[in-house]
Amino acid sequence: MQFNSFSEFINMGGYGFYVWLSFGVSALLLIILFFSSKAGHQKVINNIAKQKQREDKLREARELRKQQANSAQNNTEHATN
Amino acid sequence: MWKWLHPYANPEVSYHFTGRLLPWFSALAAILLSVGLVWALLFAPADYQQGDSFRIFYIHVPAASLSMGIYFGMAIAALCSLVWQLKLADASAAAMAPVGAVFTAIALLTGSAWGKPMWGTWWIWDARLTSELILLFLYLGVIALHSAFEDKNLAGKAAGILTLVGSINLPIIKYSVEWWNTLHQGSTVSKLGKPSMSLEMLWPFLFCFLGFAMLVAVIVCYRFRNEILARNSIRPWVRDLVSAQANHK
Repeated sequence: MQFNSFSEFINMGGYGFYVWLSFGVSALLLIILFFSSKAGHQKVINNIAKQKQREDKLREARELRKQQANSAQNNTEHATN
Repeated sequence: MWKWLHPYANPEVSYHFTGRLLPWFSALAAILLSVGLVWALLFAPADYQQGDSFRIFYIHVPAASLSMGIYFGMAIAALCSLVWQLKLADASAAAMAPVGAVFTAIALLTGSAWGKPMWGTWWIWDARLTSELILLFLYLGVIALHSAFEDKNLAGKAAGILTLVGSINLPIIKYSVEWWNTLHQGSTVSKLGKPSMSLEMLWPFLFCFLGFAMLVAVIVCYRFRNEILARNSIRPWVRDLVSAQANHK
């Protein structure tokens, strides 16, 4: 151990400000990078889920339209008969 | 070798493989960094000239050499993607760029905070500092290009060309302290043969360096996996994974 007391440790032989500035800034940047990278996973998953929902909705609408068109056609056929 | 490597060009295999590596990398990073940083801050002897300000070295040097190492890795990935059109290489280059940018920023900021008490100035436009700043701008350019195109293949191509052209900066950074007069000191650790540093100071450095390298591996793995998912969003295996993990609001 190089330091005799906690205040000596914080003081860093008079260079405390510069040492703790360096360690603090580095820790802050790395923590932000780490957690944003980790959180990116759920973000991607949710985006793809949204995309999937949109596709499903479009497909349903297309099928519904097709059905309606068919039944309309059937109705006109019935009417002419 | 190709037969052995081939399955890893499959996004699904790579996704699960990196997923299995992650806990090991994370554990190693946590252990090495906590040992290294406690050792560096509490037990390493103070420098006979620089006193305790020298402890900044334990972040500054690993960050600076990793900022170059990550760029080197990114350049190799860019080359593979441009020559062999490996899509996964593109994804890995895109994953590395932000990590490299953060490490470059850390190297610059800690260097500045070390320069003020030792040189009497926060910043000087000398070769080493300026070329490292250019490295930061290269990273930012690569990140911007990756996100500038909707078409990820086109984005990868543009970013890859910038990466390769920018790699000329790496030897310039490395040898800047020898080619030009500068305030920045020469290399103490990576001298071939014997480092000009006492072992009491060198051991904690090795722990810190490997710890930061493992942290890079962890973060790059996370980002690489996110890139794979985003780029393969229409594949059935991704769809299955999404329906298992999505938050239904």
